[in-house]
Amino acid sequence: MAALPPYASPVQRAWYYGFRILCGLIFFFLIAPIIVVIPLSFNAEDFFTFTPGMLALDPDAYGTSHYRDFFTNPAWQQALGNSVRIAPMATLLAVSLGTLAAVGLSQSHVPFKGAIMAILISPMIVPLIISAAGMYFFYSRIGLQGTYWGVVMAHTALGIPFVIITVTATLVGFDRSLTRASASLGAGPIRTFFKVQMPLILPGVISGALFAFITSFDEVVVVLFVGSAGQKTLPWQMFIGLREQISPTILAVATVLVAISILLLTTVEFLRRRSERLRGMSPG
Amino acid sequence: MKLKTAMLLTTATVLAAPGSMAQEMADSMTLVSWGGAYQASQIAAYSDPYQEMNPDVEIVWDESSAEAVARLRAMDEAGNLTWDLVDVVAADAIRLCDEGLAMEVDHDEILAPAPDGTPASEDFGDLIVSDCFIPQIVYSTTFGYRTDVAEWNGAEPSSVCDVFDTETFPGQRSLERRPIGNLEWALICDGVAYEDVYDMLETEEGVDRAFAMLDTIKDQTIWWTAGADTPQLLADGEVVIGSTYNGRLFSLIEEQDQPVAMLWDWQMFDLDGWIIPTGLPEDRLNRVLDFVNFATDTQRLADQAAYISYGPARDSSAPLVGQHAELGIDMAPHMPTDPANSVNTFVFNYEWWADYRDDLDARFQAWLAQ
Amino acid sequence: MTDATAEPTHRPSPREQKEMAEQDGPMLAADGTPLKRSLNRALRAQKLRALMLIAPLLIFILVTFVAPIADMLFRSVENQIVSETVPRTIVALDETWSDHDAVPGEAVFAAMAYDLKEAAERREHTRLGSRLNYETTGISSLFRRSGRGVDDVGEIYADQFIELDEAWEEPATWTALMADPEWIADAEGTEDEDIPRFRLADGIADILPETASAYAGFARVIIDQDGDNPLEEEPWNTIYLALYRDLSAGADVSAYDGPQARRLSAAAEAVPGFESEPVSVMFEDIDEDWLDPQVWGTIDAFSSRYTAGYYLAAIDMQLTPEGIEPQPEEQRIYLLLFKRTLFMSGVIMGMCVLLGYPVAFLLANLPLRTSNLLMILVLLPFWTSLLVRTSAWKVLLQQEGVINDTLVWIGLVADNDRLQLINNQLGTIIAMTHILLPFMILPLYSVMQTIPPSYVRAAKSLGANDWTAFWRVYFPQSVPGIGAGCILVFILSIGYYITPELVGGRTGTFISNRIAFHISESLNWGLAAALGAILLGAVLILYWAYDRIVGIDNVKLG
Repeated sequence: MAALPPYASPVQRAWYYGFRILCGLIFFFLIAPIIVVIPLSFNAEDFFTFTPGMLALDPDAYGTSHYRDFFTNPAWQQALGNSVRIAPMATLLAVSLGTLAAVGLSQSHVPFKGAIMAILISPMIVPLIISAAGMYFFYSRIGLQGTYWGVVMAHTALGIPFVIITVTATLVGFDRSLTRASASLGAGPIRTFFKVQMPLILPGVISGALFAFITSFDEVVVVLFVGSAGQKTLPWQMFIGLREQISPTILAVATVLVAISILLLTTVEFLRRRSERLRGMSPG
Repeated sequence: MKLKTAMLLTTATVLAAPGSMAQEMADSMTLVSWGGAYQASQIAAYSDPYQEMNPDVEIVWDESSAEAVARLRAMDEAGNLTWDLVDVVAADAIRLCDEGLAMEVDHDEILAPAPDGTPASEDFGDLIVSDCFIPQIVYSTTFGYRTDVAEWNGAEPSSVCDVFDTETFPGQRSLERRPIGNLEWALICDGVAYEDVYDMLETEEGVDRAFAMLDTIKDQTIWWTAGADTPQLLADGEVVIGSTYNGRLFSLIEEQDQPVAMLWDWQMFDLDGWIIPTGLPEDRLNRVLDFVNFATDTQRLADQAAYISYGPARDSSAPLVGQHAELGIDMAPHMPTDPANSVNTFVFNYEWWADYRDDLDARFQAWLAQ
Repeated sequence: MTDATAEPTHRPSPREQKEMAEQDGPMLAADGTPLKRSLNRALRAQKLRALMLIAPLLIFILVTFVAPIADMLFRSVENQIVSETVPRTIVALDETWSDHDAVPGEAVFAAMAYDLKEAAERREHTRLGSRLNYETTGISSLFRRSGRGVDDVGEIYADQFIELDEAWEEPATWTALMADPEWIADAEGTEDEDIPRFRLADGIADILPETASAYAGFARVIIDQDGDNPLEEEPWNTIYLALYRDLSAGADVSAYDGPQARRLSAAAEAVPGFESEPVSVMFEDIDEDWLDPQVWGTIDAFSSRYTAGYYLAAIDMQLTPEGIEPQPEEQRIYLLLFKRTLFMSGVIMGMCVLLGYPVAFLLANLPLRTSNLLMILVLLPFWTSLLVRTSAWKVLLQQEGVINDTLVWIGLVADNDRLQLINNQLGTIIAMTHILLPFMILPLYSVMQTIPPSYVRAAKSLGANDWTAFWRVYFPQSVPGIGAGCILVFILSIGYYITPELVGGRTGTFISNRIAFHISESLNWGLAAALGAILLGAVLILYWAYDRIVGIDNVKLG
């Protein structure tokens, strides 16, 4: 596959290039919708499609008015503010609780490990509409519906599986003798954790944190039910926008979010490789 | 007994010297409305002037009116009321009042009289459809159509039944994704007299007839769920004729200057207004009563009509309705209640729908899904 | 080679071991405790420490996530509203109503009068009406109208009792007769907010059972609901009805010697001469639907505290007084929606395999540098907001959208005959395939990475052509990856809500959309919960299968 041998038959050649073209089309399918949003967000007019001026690359047909709208419209700013207040808190909670539990789960003798793991991962598996409905009723009963902490707790629960998965993955390759060495040199368990274990699993923790962050930052179904006007997040505002007044401001917001995604993705990839290199697991 | 506190309120003192009031008022308030152009008109006509007079008051808007009944029930279960004043359609107000989730009010006590001294209950008249309901506007669900469809060869729809005429008026339609309204129109266009529509819908045969009529356009219809869908679809040219709220069509036609026209035939009348949730703490209730008194007086209701083409609910506001705030055109001819527009109007039967909604909805959704 | 085969002779048999242990005593740890116990303790400590680390999160998840779902499942069977709102009616139906084709007797109507009056004062009757309206159309408005009309039920007797003796109009007469004297002493002169819980007088419930029950209900409503004092409130007409019924049924008032005894026996003597009217006629005056046995059958059928009714509705069945029956054909929708959800999820899963397999294959067989670069193209959509991707598809697929514009521009499609790509199943399938594709590629890729290229080379050197080498050697080894990806995509797909809602239109929506509809619009929360429970069951089965096949700790992200 890596390269076409010089002795390949015409059929093999056809296959080889045909396959590459097919894959190219699939990659195009994956990436085109995201790319298409970016130029449209610079549309000078209030349309969702490419205007003739845009196709002719007329500079007047492009403009940043939708970005200006995003950064000045109080509704969008309030939504951005709420997202920025909710997501980090949910991430912090998910990471601290999740890392602790992942360390516990990685010990050699954990009773009911399978069952516990299944419960902790379940928020990722259970359909969001069911989680949202359940939380809506239950949080209403206990007075958390429509509160900041209600949304934070719901988002924490949704982010936890990601933290558990990434941190346990890094702990799998963790050399137990290091903690034993640390203990034999007189360090207590807490000191061992922070001085020996934590630096080594840090990449996993950070990428888990980023997953938890993006989960909360992107989440719309649960917040629609658990939140109220005071907790209207960016995705919520976008959802209203898509259903109500379809304005190209949504595309500007989308572009900003894509930029954030690229940033987060690069960080995660960098951390993953660093972690694999540190543990000598990756040949690259 | 909550009314005892309300009795202390008199319009004059509230408006003249809010700071000197003896009673305590909360300094923030969550108002629930529908979002979009309608909420914008409320902000411009009610809450901005109110905040000018009461600069310390913070007003939070929540666009959850569509889920108002569900949310209020959930809040009631939890005993945690986060809303202060809720904008709902009349049918929801009746339901909330029945369930004790909305507060019964004495309209003459809490609302300002008309400038000539007519008590509020007379000024609002029949529009007070429930003891909990404080009417604001009369609106209607009606049709808009594109004026530049080549295939129509210059013909323009003049009757609601033209929606069902795919021969003369080919193209995609948009209708609301619920049975209410659509079944009535279908029967009217199938030759049923206005008075007999609901009796007919109670029979199996009548429902079958209505669905058979809708069948004729089923595949050429986009079914909307949000009030902004039809204007967007009309503007994009995705549909050639579609139903939505008349105010949305007004802003599409007059403000955004799109090649679209109104079809008022058999417009479906409905009311919209405030309810106050039951169980507000005293200081919040005082603030809400103060606001409601201001926001529903004759001038404020007339002012709202400068931003959106919904008819004010007070008789005394009608003569004050002036021109559009930005366009400077007369608003009266764009009101659903204007005599030229209300030749054929359909008055929505709340009670009937309360009974048959679940059944017909299940049937409607099943019909849609097939 | 195992130890057992390597050194068979040196290994002591169990019997020998036992003997050795008996000779030497237990093996001891450094501190002198038996090693076994010491090890056990260490193990226990280790287990405890692990659990202590896990506990905070586990508790958090149980409270914030598992409990809400359990609570929702409970709602799908909960039916307390009937027995709590009309408790007397339920009992009376149970005891006296045997012929279910006939209208129930007077006792049932009287019980309904007491219950309905109380419920109307508490404003609970319309909620019960809506609940029963799910089962039989028309009950909602029947209850709403009757909530107002029930005020007059019993008025005929109230008038006659008061005509007989004006004292019957006095609240004090009634409290003296019905209430515990200690309660009266407590309630007298108390602020309205501090009135103690109402207590009936000893023995009055034996003499005047219906009146006692109706009056106690009245007093509770007056105290809790209105915040007033029963000592100052005139009783409702329904209480006079109760008194009339008790007295005309031959209540043994001669045995009663408490307060108001004289007045009571005077009333008992006068009652046979009262003008009377059957309670059923009074109800008929409110609404003639009360004479329809089906209404009573519905109340009776849903009288238990828990019901399977919502689950039946969720599978297009209904519980009628005659038993379980299918819904009328034109109202069947849920099985159709479940089937459609499964079908479309299957199609999306298939599309993901078709598109994901070549990409994963390419990525796994390219040099690492190139594949890492291309991997970004897979991961970027994965990391991009769901709403961004959905709105992008809206932009692309509209009739006036980018794809249609391009096709018209190329000339493949006529301008007035643009393709309908959105607001139907096609739109949902395209958008969701795009959204879920990374969830197929990633597990496939991680499985394919572990397939040694030497196998295919070996197959080829043994004479297999390219296709055979792939199909017989490579493909079977990649099947676990397909399995893992398929289950993951399927699980995520059947619960989707946002994307079908925005691009699905009439035919492209899932069961989740219906659940959301019942939560926030129709307010039939029980049915929403039942539909959710069925969906959850399906997901959990798939989750279990996934755990068996792949193992949940083997889920990889990026």
